Amino acid sequence: MTLRFENETCSGCKACQLVCTLHNFKEINPSKAMLNVHGRFPAPGKYHVDVCNQCGECAEACPAEAIKFKDGTYIIDYDICIECLICVDACPTNVMKVNKEDNTPYKCNNCRQCVEICPRDALIFEQKGA
Amino acid sequence: MIYGYAGTTLRIDLTDEKIVKEPLKQEWVDGYIGGRGFTAKILFDENPPEVDPYEGDNIFIIAMGPLSGHLLPASGKTHFCTKSPATGGYGDSNMGGHFGVNMKYAGYDVMILKGKAKQQSYIFIEDDNVEIRPAQQYWGKGSTQVEEELKKELGEDFQILTIGPAGENLVKFACISHDFGRQAGRIGIGAVLGSKNIKAIAVKGTKSIPVFDPAGLLQKGKETYAACRAKPGFTAWTPQGTAGITDWCNNVGALPTRNFKTSYCDYADKINGQAILKELKITDKGCFACPIPCGKYGFAKTKLGNAYVEGPEYETLSLLGSNCEVKDIHEIAYLNYICDELGLDTCSGGAVVSFALECYEKGLISKEDMGMDVKFGDLESIVHILKIITERKGIGNALADGVKAAAEVVGNDSDKFAIHVKGLEWTGYESRNAPGMMLGYMTADIGAHHGRCWVLGNDVAGSADAGNVTDLITSEQNTTTLSKAKHEHVVPIVLKSQHTRPAFDILGTCRLQYMEIGLETDYYEDLFYTITGKKIKWDELLKLSEKIWTLNRMYNFREISDFGRKYDYPPARFYEEPIPDGPNKGHFIALDVIEQMLDEYYSARGWDNNGYPTEETLINFGLA
Repeated sequence: MTLRFENETCSGCKACQLVCTLHNFKEINPSKAMLNVHGRFPAPGKYHVDVCNQCGECAEACPAEAIKFKDGTYIIDYDICIECLICVDACPTNVMKVNKEDNTPYKCNNCRQCVEICPRDALIFEQKGA
Repeated sequence: MIYGYAGTTLRIDLTDEKIVKEPLKQEWVDGYIGGRGFTAKILFDENPPEVDPYEGDNIFIIAMGPLSGHLLPASGKTHFCTKSPATGGYGDSNMGGHFGVNMKYAGYDVMILKGKAKQQSYIFIEDDNVEIRPAQQYWGKGSTQVEEELKKELGEDFQILTIGPAGENLVKFACISHDFGRQAGRIGIGAVLGSKNIKAIAVKGTKSIPVFDPAGLLQKGKETYAACRAKPGFTAWTPQGTAGITDWCNNVGALPTRNFKTSYCDYADKINGQAILKELKITDKGCFACPIPCGKYGFAKTKLGNAYVEGPEYETLSLLGSNCEVKDIHEIAYLNYICDELGLDTCSGGAVVSFALECYEKGLISKEDMGMDVKFGDLESIVHILKIITERKGIGNALADGVKAAAEVVGNDSDKFAIHVKGLEWTGYESRNAPGMMLGYMTADIGAHHGRCWVLGNDVAGSADAGNVTDLITSEQNTTTLSKAKHEHVVPIVLKSQHTRPAFDILGTCRLQYMEIGLETDYYEDLFYTITGKKIKWDELLKLSEKIWTLNRMYNFREISDFGRKYDYPPARFYEEPIPDGPNKGHFIALDVIEQMLDEYYSARGWDNNGYPTEETLINFGLA
C-alpha cells in the first residue's frame, strides 16, 4: 500500500503538511513535512504534491543497508544509519528529509494522516501499482 | 514563550535601515488577542496623530492571530493595517494565501514598517535573517510578474507579496497581491507600501510554533476538518465559491448595475459562478489549510489578450461586471487580471471606472481629459480607464484618488452618484432594498466594505425572491423575518454581524467556514484552548470585537478633524433615487429612515448623537 497524489482535485492548502508534522513530531511546522506541496503558477495553474510511494530507491542507494522494507513501508534503522545522506540524493521525489538538529534522514512512514485530513481527496492510499 | 504565538515583533525602520526584534508584548496578547486586535491597538498607540498617510512616519502593520498557522481550517488569514490614504482614518485589509503563516513560521507574529527606504527596495526574510534589498529591477513591473521573478530568484518556497505600478504611483485604491491571485485590496494599503519605496516582501519560515496541547490539537483539528466535510455547504458552496451568490443577489435585486444606478441585470447567468466553471476554470485554488477553496484559477480569452487569472470572485463579478455592464465572463476575468497586474483593488477599481463612465456619459468628463471615447460595457474603454488611473494621466489623476475626491474635481453634483462611505468605494451589494446592509456599510470603520457586516439575507428574508438564501449562507441565520425594506429591528442584527465577522480577523483565521458552511463557534473555542492553553468563550471574543470597534471609532475622530455623523451617510443616489427597474423597482431608503437608523445605532453602541462614544462607553471598555 502506498500514497498516490491526484492533481485534479488538490487546491494547495497544505493541510497534509500540517498534520504530518503535528502527528509525527508533535510540532506545527509544515517545512518539516514528509511531503511537499508545489503550486505551478501562473502557468499551467496546477498543484503538485511530492509523496513517498515507497519505491525503495533510498534503500537501494543506502551503503549501510539501513533502510528496510517492513509491512509495506521502507523504514530507516537509526542504529545502522551512518548519516551519509546518500538516500536524500537518491530519492526521486525529494521527500527524504534531513533533520536539521542531528543531520539524520527521515521519511514517510505511511501513517496516512495526510490521506485522512485532505479535504479534497487528493491523497489516496492504495495497493502499490494499482 | 507564549503558546500559539511565534513570540516576536519585527520592527523595520526603513529610513535608518534599522531592524529590531522584540518580544511580543504580553499586553497585546492579553488585551487584544491578535490580528485585527493587534493592529487596532498598535495603530492607535503608535501612529503619530494626524500623520499624512504617505509620510514615512505612518506605520504599516502586518499581524497574525493566535490560531494562524495551526492545524485548523483556513488558518492563513493575514491582517494588514495603516492609516488609510482613501479615508484618512483607520484602515485595514486582509488576505488569505500563504504569506502570513510563513511570517509566523519565521518567528514573527507582527511586522511593523516605519519610514521610507532610500531606494526602491524589497524586504527579504528567511527565519532570523532580515534584509532590505534593492528592487530597482522590479520597479514598474506588474504584481504577478514580480512574484514570478522573485520566486525564480529566491526559490519557490518563498512567499511573496507585491505591489503593482498603481501602488508605486500612490493610487488610493492600490492593493497588495500575493500567491498569483490573492489580494489585500482595500483602503489603499498597497499605496502606503509604495510610499515607503517597498515593492515586495519575501518570506520563508521554517520554525515551529509552540502549542499548549499538541495531541489535543491533532485530535481537535482533525475533528474540525471532518465537521466541515459533513456540512451540506461543503459540497454545495465550494464548487463556485463566492461567485455562487451572483444569481441570488440579482434575483433579490442587490446586484450593483451601471454604477449602482440599478440593482438588477438581465445577463447574470452569463457572468455567474456556473459561467466561471464552464468557461474559465483550470483548478480550485485554496488558501493555507482551507478545506473549502473559494479561489477558481482559470484562463481568460479576449480580443485584447489572454490571461491566467484567479477569479473573478463575487465582488469582482459585480463591480467590474454588471456595475460596468460587462456581460462576458472572459472579459470580466481579463479585467480582473489587468487590475491584479496594475495592483488595483477590483472593488474600488470597478466602482471608480463605473463612476467615470457615468460622468463621461453625462458629459461631465471631456473626451480630451479621458483620452478616448469610452462607454459602459466596452472592454477597451475600461482597460483604458484602469491604465490612466494607474499612470495618473488626464482625468485618471483625479480618479486615482477615488470617487469621493474625483467627484470634487468633476463637480456638477457628481458626488450624488459617487458611491462610497468615508471615501471608500461601496462593494458588491446594492442596498436600497436592504436597510440592515445599508447601515452596515454606513457605519463600517474603514468605509463601505462588506467584510465588517453582511446581513443581506436578513434584509430580504420573506421576499418572494429570497429563495434558498439559508442554503447559501448558513450562518447569521434568518431567525428574524423582515419584510421588504423594513428597517425596524435591524440594529441588533447589524451589531451582531459587525462583532462576529471581525472576530475571525482577531483570531487570524478565515470566517467563511463559519459564514458559508456553518461551522459552529464551539470549535474555535476548543481550538483556542488546545493551542494557547487559555479558555475563551465566543461571547468574550465578541465583547473584544466591540471594544475594537469603539477604539477604531476613536481613531477616526482623532485623525479626521470634522469626523462624525456626516461621515456615516450613504451617497445621495441611495436615499434620493428610487431603483428604476428589477425586483426592487421603486425602492429606496429615505433620508429620514437613514437618520432614524443612525440614531438607533448610536444609542445601541453607547455613542452620542454625532457618533462619538460617550464617557460611560469608553469607561466600560477601558478606553477612557
